Amino acid sequence: MSINYIMKEQLLKDGVIGDPMNRVDGRMKVTGRARYSAEFELPNLAHAVLVTSTIAKGRIKSLETKVAERAPGVLAVISHLNSPKVPGFAQHDHPAEPPTGGQPLRVFYNDKVYSNGQPIALVVADTFERALYASSLVKAQYEQEKHTTDFEANKEKAFIPSQAKNNKNSHLADYVRGEEDAYKTADIKIEAEYTQPTEVHNPMELQAIVAHWEAEDKLTVYDKTQAVKGTQNAFAKDWNIPVENVKVIATFVGGAFGNGLHTWPHETAAIIAAKKVNRPVKLMLTREQMFFMVGYRPHTWQKIGMSATADGKLTAITHESIGQTSSYEEFTESTLQQSKMMYACPNVTTRYRILALDVSTPIWMRGPGEATGAFALESAMDEMAYALNIDPIEFRMLNHTERDPEKNLPWSTKYLKECIQLGAERIGWEKRQLKPRSLKFGEWLVGYGMGVGTFGANFRMARARARMLADGSVIIQSATTDIGPGTGTAMVQIAADALGVPPDKITFQLGNSAFPHSPSQGGSSTVSSVGSAVHAVCIALKEKIQQLGGTAFSAVTPEDITIIGGMITVPNDASAKVAYVDLLKQNNLQEIDVTAEAKPDDERKNYSMYSFSVHFAEVHVHPVTGVVRVNKVVSCADAGTIVNEKTAGNQMIGGAVGGIGMALMEAAVIDDRFGRYVTKDLAEYHVPVHADIPKVDVIFVNKPDLHVNPIGTKGIGEIALIGMAPAIANAVFNATGKRIRELPITPDKLI
Amino acid sequence: MAEKKNCDANSPKGNNCTHHSEERRTFLKQSSAMMALALTPPTVLKAADLDEKVAEKFEKVPVTLEINGVKQKLSVEPRVTVLDLLREQLNLTGTKKGCDYGQCGACTVHIDGTRVNSCLTFAVMQDGKKITTIEGLAAGEELHPMQEAFIKHDGFQCGYCTPGQIMSAVACIREGHANSEAEIREYMSGNICRCGAYPNIVNAILEVKNGGQKV
Repeated sequence: MSINYIMKEQLLKDGVIGDPMNRVDGRMKVTGRARYSAEFELPNLAHAVLVTSTIAKGRIKSLETKVAERAPGVLAVISHLNSPKVPGFAQHDHPAEPPTGGQPLRVFYNDKVYSNGQPIALVVADTFERALYASSLVKAQYEQEKHTTDFEANKEKAFIPSQAKNNKNSHLADYVRGEEDAYKTADIKIEAEYTQPTEVHNPMELQAIVAHWEAEDKLTVYDKTQAVKGTQNAFAKDWNIPVENVKVIATFVGGAFGNGLHTWPHETAAIIAAKKVNRPVKLMLTREQMFFMVGYRPHTWQKIGMSATADGKLTAITHESIGQTSSYEEFTESTLQQSKMMYACPNVTTRYRILALDVSTPIWMRGPGEATGAFALESAMDEMAYALNIDPIEFRMLNHTERDPEKNLPWSTKYLKECIQLGAERIGWEKRQLKPRSLKFGEWLVGYGMGVGTFGANFRMARARARMLADGSVIIQSATTDIGPGTGTAMVQIAADALGVPPDKITFQLGNSAFPHSPSQGGSSTVSSVGSAVHAVCIALKEKIQQLGGTAFSAVTPEDITIIGGMITVPNDASAKVAYVDLLKQNNLQEIDVTAEAKPDDERKNYSMYSFSVHFAEVHVHPVTGVVRVNKVVSCADAGTIVNEKTAGNQMIGGAVGGIGMALMEAAVIDDRFGRYVTKDLAEYHVPVHADIPKVDVIFVNKPDLHVNPIGTKGIGEIALIGMAPAIANAVFNATGKRIRELPITPDKLI
Repeated sequence: MAEKKNCDANSPKGNNCTHHSEERRTFLKQSSAMMALALTPPTVLKAADLDEKVAEKFEKVPVTLEINGVKQKLSVEPRVTVLDLLREQLNLTGTKKGCDYGQCGACTVHIDGTRVNSCLTFAVMQDGKKITTIEGLAAGEELHPMQEAFIKHDGFQCGYCTPGQIMSAVACIREGHANSEAEIREYMSGNICRCGAYPNIVNAILEVKNGGQKV
């Protein structure tokens, strides 16, 4: 990896922001001391294993549990027949009725089966092995109903999501700018359909929970989640207990990529079990179960119609999509967003539909809908560039827009052109030939491709608490999580920068619902949201110091105060100098403790705010076997300030790897005869391994966007992946002349 | 559980280091317990209790393992994998469960110096063997060079596959399979990193290999 920093002098100021600091929790992770959800040891812990349905739709006619109950060590076999009632479960027949948009599956609520692999019973025993064995002894008989899982055969049943039906201004509602479907009457046009198969997050850590009722109405869970606050609220509502009686701990999260943004049936199953057996219960899903009940990127059909003038100006885009959802929840995502705002185009039409099948509910998977949409849009841009005989980079430059054409607002910042120029240079775009099959490396066909990505620069309200102890060390808390990007490290750097305290004196604590509010770790918003709260609390801490210092600091602003080696000083003012311990003593305090909140301000309404990325790929395709090897990847991001070049660079690499998986190997395949996934482990569902991944060059423009937040960050997580899959698909076309519109691009599609 | 016992795993009889006399004694004890159970009037015993007591006595097998340098005499069910033994009974949770099918490498440990997917081997099959887990790699507070290199090169994100990657990486060098980037990629492909930190992991391994430090 190499990371380039251009224009570093434009950073806010000299400080630790931007430093490639090692992770604050690196030592924990390399020594095995980092504890993930299933690794909390509680006294008298019982183990649970789920039994899941083997039909996709119908009802459970009978459940034979006696043999399992008698098996050694078994404490309980829980199902709809004997489950303690969850008071918050809505008392209507189908979870989708009557609330619009549906609701999560109510585990063990009744005898209904809505998808294959749905939990139908839970075996609790004193050891894992005994629970696992006894789970094999539970036998179900079903009254089967005809299920519908075949996406292609049922496309005509797709519908407008309730959110869009009820609100014409919803981003999911049909959108027309200029003339509807204007491409149809144009001279130069293309029309193509694209398919994104179901992709499964498959983080390395299996979804796991330890549920513990500490009292009748006091619940503590050690849970894999990206939202400790959201999970806390969900369980408080389920069990009709005060929010503060629920404690959610997620100190370390072993990857999630979106599947921790929802509460899932297994979590409530474990909580029910802990209530039933009156012991803490641990439940870890199997890898197979990860395919059936914790979400996935939905199978999505898309169609793009596009027209342009002969000199390369886009005149119209129509982008339609249908995404899969379950029968009981309306899952939606922003698949069509990029088509609305990325290019200067007078006529844009989008239509978003969802299709309910007898499957479990999807959930946002890294990049989410935007990544699916970018595959279609950026492939179509490549197709149009070929139709016009124009270089795909030139075609994008010709249609670059300096204002958001959807919102009709200026961008807060946009350095996409710079990204494209830097990336093109690094990949060696000049070697590329417009004509496919022009380049070879030995017997391998060589091709180059690119794709653009974008994602909203989100910022959501967050709070942080800071305590400065007598020894000058600082502890900051916020109820965010770290699923891998290095949240704790970034927060320490932001705090060190704001306080002038060295990073090794600062501890950032996360993953606990008892801490001040933080939004879920999703939508590339953590550094913007929690980082702003950390920044705010550090300023509040300095204000408090200034206030306590009285006349010593009356003539300065809080920003001027620095705290070095336990001394509070002001640059250029030798008289303003107080030892922190003395300050505490004078005010009769043990420590200073402040809490602050950061939230988006009205200024944001004056701008359209997005992160941008561009990905370049050089692929080698074997003309006989159809094997595709990604030989080189360059990813460039305009993501505002880069807080830590090492962890941010790593996150970009990870997005590229995810995009390579999406492009070349990942697809969950359902056998429609049974409505069941046949890809149910990592031997059948392929994810990239070491041998699949080349060097990934990461380039950051690294210019702060102070309209977004005081630190100037715009978010990295999603744009690292969005646009990577079309870059590879376009490179494969450049190498072979074959346009693959159905992912993944497996060898059978190329021979 | 953690009783230390001298037992030379390298002796020709390495696997037979449990004393036969002791096994016999255990068997006799179990037999008399069974006898006592058999003589209890059936009305006193519920079927479940009986099952449980029988299971307790017969489902466990004595095993001696040297884990991270400490010899341990254990009593485990034959169906317990090394992975579940480490995680669920010995509180060594550094070794991770990622698939339980030997497909992801998160559970990689060293058994007598060889990298092994601990989810694919039963503890009873390793009687008398030396097992090293991530917790046993560092020399006290001094990290192993591979651990240092992973931190320096940011060879991880979420950290869940990391112990397996590190154990595999150390073995990869010891095996002589770390002579080029391509070779490292090939011989590390049994360890999946879903966060995608692969290039950084390769850089970490290269640095340790090229640094010539003892691994």
